[in-house]
Amino acid sequence: MDNRFRAKGWLYLLPAILFLGVFMVYPLVDVFVYSFEEGFNFANQSFFGTGSYNYSYVLRDPYFIQALKNTFIIVIITVPLSTLIALLISLGLSSIKPLRELFQTVFFLPYVTNTLAVGLVFMILFKKTEYSDGLINILIEFFGGKGVDFITGPYAAKMFVMCFYTIWVVLPFKILILTSALASVPKVYYSAAEVDGTRPFRVFYKITLPMISPMIFYLVITGFIGAFKAYSDEVALFGTDLNSAGMNTIVGYIYDMLYGNSGGYPSYASAAAIILFAIVLTITVINLMVSSRRR
Amino acid sequence: MKIVLKNLTKKFPNRNKKVGGDVIAVKDFDITIPDGMLVGLLGPSGCGKSTTLNLISGLEKPTEGQVFFGDTDVTKLPAQDRGVGLVFQSYALYPHLTVEQNIRFPLENLRGNAKLTKDEMRERVHKAAKLVQIDELMERRPSELSGGQQQRVAIARALVKVPKVLLLDEPLSNLDARLRLQTREEIRRIQRETNITTVFVTHDQDEAMSICDMIVVMKDGVMMQAGKPQEVYDDPVSLFVAKFLGTPPINVFEGKMKDGKLYVADDAVLASDDFRDERDVYVAVRPEGFIVSDDGPLVCKMGRIEVMGRDISIVSEHDALLNDTGLIRSITGSDVVMDSGKTEVRFKLKPNKVFVFDKETEERIRFGVTDGQ
Repeated sequence: MDNRFRAKGWLYLLPAILFLGVFMVYPLVDVFVYSFEEGFNFANQSFFGTGSYNYSYVLRDPYFIQALKNTFIIVIITVPLSTLIALLISLGLSSIKPLRELFQTVFFLPYVTNTLAVGLVFMILFKKTEYSDGLINILIEFFGGKGVDFITGPYAAKMFVMCFYTIWVVLPFKILILTSALASVPKVYYSAAEVDGTRPFRVFYKITLPMISPMIFYLVITGFIGAFKAYSDEVALFGTDLNSAGMNTIVGYIYDMLYGNSGGYPSYASAAAIILFAIVLTITVINLMVSSRRR
Repeated sequence: MKIVLKNLTKKFPNRNKKVGGDVIAVKDFDITIPDGMLVGLLGPSGCGKSTTLNLISGLEKPTEGQVFFGDTDVTKLPAQDRGVGLVFQSYALYPHLTVEQNIRFPLENLRGNAKLTKDEMRERVHKAAKLVQIDELMERRPSELSGGQQQRVAIARALVKVPKVLLLDEPLSNLDARLRLQTREEIRRIQRETNITTVFVTHDQDEAMSICDMIVVMKDGVMMQAGKPQEVYDDPVSLFVAKFLGTPPINVFEGKMKDGKLYVADDAVLASDDFRDERDVYVAVRPEGFIVSDDGPLVCKMGRIEVMGRDISIVSEHDALLNDTGLIRSITGSDVVMDSGKTEVRFKLKPNKVFVFDKETEERIRFGVTDGQ
């Protein structure tokens, strides 16, 4: 290729390269370096020594173990479940004609609603106060069940609310993607299947699903990544002191290590961040391998 | 299986709500297609031929009228119960399945008594693949096949159930010219071998004329004429049909009947007792209907001569001509010696290659020739 042409190409790329370099690549490298510097201090930029102590501390910290466990539970429950529910809703949406737009809007609402506002609504639904047991508890008690304190009560109840919330929040985007994926499957395949007398389930399993599978994989991969990075949703439901609520996540742990009540440990935070990075990378690579083998 | 369409009408609601009313895609379609025939539904785009095909397949339900397969009324039957094989214009092969899986797909849908064992399926798939000569490509995916091969797979998939009726929607339109010739012979051969009543839709009259036992010419949802290709070509009922069939296309002149003679401009080209009423007409002459003759009545301005080996084609001009190209194209045998220096060429017309149509209705005015000049 012509040299001048190539120089021009680099020139056009320069703004993006600079921006990414300064705000993405450099911090990434820096975090990696911090994670091996023991007792790094922001104020005077000093540290005691280098080594893997930060990692062994973090991996032995019960708060981190709890955060890791919470994150994994949220990922494993919400990603498959939300994708499945989104698929069912999208199939429903694309098979009805009247009121479709209305339903689409309704399902899309959570996407444009502020996380904290939604958190507030969930508090009203689930939180037990001196004045009210929360809407859900009132319902449970109405049907003869025993109320549970979802926000400050047992771990399982809290995790249930957490997963419920996460699924509800991520649904709109998935529904949006899947309805457009369904709409993009050429009608002629369905006509062909109809002439051949294919049963509806087989049409779905043999035609629809394979045709939209790239989109499903996309949603699963981004879903995994998103769920591993969960933090704000937890804060919205359980407040900022996630450690004492036992509902912290990895990102929450990193944040706490940097700025939280126990703050001021950038080395530990960096080590935790690198661990999270390694986990997300591994899961994504596995996902990609599985999806490329399917094709 | 004989196919009978009775007063078949299909209306679609108008998309443009402001205009309102219905769009009539097919109107009062009446035809009987005998068993074992290869039939071409022919017409310009938007004439309702694909809709007609969909009505036969059952993918569309008629607004009025009935569809019979043999003596059975299948109007109310859904597509899957009619026993039709349908080949789509875009082939509609499932991209994620191999050729073999695509062909097997319809068999796997069979239930109850019709259910086949794995071995029976393999045998049927193999037989269909062999018929269309793609048995070497069974493990490929559609994206790894050429257009012509995809077409064959689509036909094999339609045939594997042994349908009573095979329907093809524009089967050749996605192929290049050479492949088109080859594939239409293939379709003819497959139809002969299976003897399945076959209806195919095309806007290419060449295609239909060359391989069909019967052609049906449609325009604006109405059947204009049906019959054997040669019969329709030699005896069109309307100007539309005459213009639609034949390459090069028929030459249309503005003309007049008067005093037992047929005039093109001032040239009296034919004489007949049937030309007695004075009336404005269209005179349409097939390219092969011109005979070069020094004392011929039709005087044209000489254009050029194109030698095409077996034939030569004389391109000339005439003031009363209505062809889009503005040129008369006449074909004669290459034994005619033409003096290319002339500025004028004179033709006699073969009466059986001349069709006269009413100027208002564009319907055929038949005549008997008294004077065979």
